[in-house]
Parts: sequence; C-alpha cells; structure tokens
Amino acid sequence: MKFVKYLIVGVVFGITLTKAEVISWYRIYEMFRFQSFHMYGVIGTAVVLGIILIQAIKRSELKAIDGEPILIPSKERGWKRYLFGGTIFGLGWALTGACPGPLFIQVGNGFLVMLVAIAAALLGTYCYGLL
Amino acid sequence: MAGMLIAAVMFGLLLFGKRFGLSSNLRTICSAFGAGKSCEFFDFDWKSQSWNLVFVAGTIMGGFIANRFLSSEVAIAISPKTVAELQSFGLLNPGADFMPASIFSFEGLTSLKGFVMIVVGGFLVGFGTRYAGGCTSGHAISGLSNLQLPSLIAVIGFFIGGLFATYLVLPHLLTL
Repeated sequence: MKFVKYLIVGVVFGITLTKAEVISWYRIYEMFRFQSFHMYGVIGTAVVLGIILIQAIKRSELKAIDGEPILIPSKERGWKRYLFGGTIFGLGWALTGACPGPLFIQVGNGFLVMLVAIAAALLGTYCYGLL
Repeated sequence: MAGMLIAAVMFGLLLFGKRFGLSSNLRTICSAFGAGKSCEFFDFDWKSQSWNLVFVAGTIMGGFIANRFLSSEVAIAISPKTVAELQSFGLLNPGADFMPASIFSFEGLTSLKGFVMIVVGGFLVGFGTRYAGGCTSGHAISGLSNLQLPSLIAVIGFFIGGLFATYLVLPHLLTL
C-alpha cells in the first residue's frame, strides 16, 4: 500500500506530459529550433514554481511525511561530466524526441516501438557503467 | 498549467522523502536485470529504488489513460514555420500525431533514419543521462529549482547536443 502514492503521482505526471504534448517529437524539434515558446513555457513555469517551493521548504524546515527533514543533496562539484554527459544526452534527446520520462509515457500512449528506444537507453546506461 | 503540475509532482515526491528524477530508473532496471554481477556500478540495493519504478509504472498508466479517455484528437499545434520546414525535409503531415509515424514505427525502425533516431538516439539518452547524473527532470527541473550550478552546466550541455543534432544532423538524416 505504501507504493500507491508513487503510482498516483506517476499517473498525474504521465497524463500531464501527454496533455501538454511534452512527449511529442515535434515539440522537441520546435524547441531546439526556437520556433515556439511552448516547451519553454512548460519547463520555465515548472522551474520558477520549483524554486519558490524549494525555498519555502528550506525556510519553513518542512519535514517529509516520515518525519525526516527534507534535504536535497548537492551535486558533486566539477563541470566536465555535466557538460559532456549533458551534450551526449542532448544529442539523443533531439534524435528520439524523448527524454527518459516521455520514453515510458509514449509506450503508455501505444507507441510500442519506443520499447526499442528504452532497450537502447538501458544498453547506453549499461555501457556507461562498464566504463 | 502543465509546468505547475510538474513542479507539484516534484514537490510531492520531496514530501514523500524522495527525489524527482527519471533517468536513475535506467540504472535501477539494469541492476534488476542482474547487471550488478558483472559491473560494480550496478551493484547496489536496487530494491531501495523500487518506489521510482512504481512511479514509472504510473507514468505509463497515465499515458494510457490520457490516450484512451482524455484525448479528443491528437494534433500537435506546432508553429507553421516548423511545419513548413519539416515538409521541406519530406515529412508528411507534421504534427498530425505525437511523432512522425513513418519513422517511429516498427517499419520505420528498419530504415537507416529510423534506426539512428530510435536506437542510436535511445543509446545516447541512456549513456548521456548517466554520465551527466540526470536528465530533464533531475537537472532541468529539480536541479535548477534548487539553484545548483552543475545542473545549469548540464542544461547548457543538453542544448549544445540538441542544437547540434537539430541544426546539423536531422536535416541530412530526414532527407535520406
């Protein structure tokens, strides 16, 4: 039963990204060509509201439901892995038109060929792990 | 509206004592398949991440529900400029569905462009996200919301790669 809440939040996320067309290859293409504000509006709104919510968590020292303080661990310092890894991911994002969330949501929408893309992504992750 | 819901999803997971990040599931699934036996990177307690796999299962269900019960008609209202440009690359009816059916289908997969866009693209997504330590949800949404410099660098990387592929690779690939 403790997992039901994650399932529900996942359903909300899947519906949101489908209805907002974030899972569309065309929207990603259009974003990288700067031909529409659509994706910038969605991500920008999420980030602005996210900044406010996280500042509110920090200031109010809000606790998680298990009573533990909400701590957001900082990422390791450095820049190389973020820049190079980010660039490699960006190449893949533009080609498939999907980041890891939408890959799964597209399968839910009936695009079963994206199971192949997920398998390729698992292989990519595995190859990173081997290096 | 959608952006608010995405922020709410991130906030909900924080309240549950978790962190919003989709790409770590790829590592978790590799481990669940037994990759930990041959590689140390995958040798961790993947069951501790099963909440995130449940979240992913929810996103698949959400996609299904939206598709079956909440869709009127799928037509992506991309800008006329994008439509004209993609037509000039030979794509029929840009925006008629979520993605170009001629490429993102099992028939399309057997063509060179389909293979590159689905398999090579998927591989780069899996490799790049783990190298960078996050994807759109982990870096662009969570990381920027937490004002983390590494995430800003990663997002700059996303755009370097994405712009390169969109401006220099896709025009050639789509007209193959």
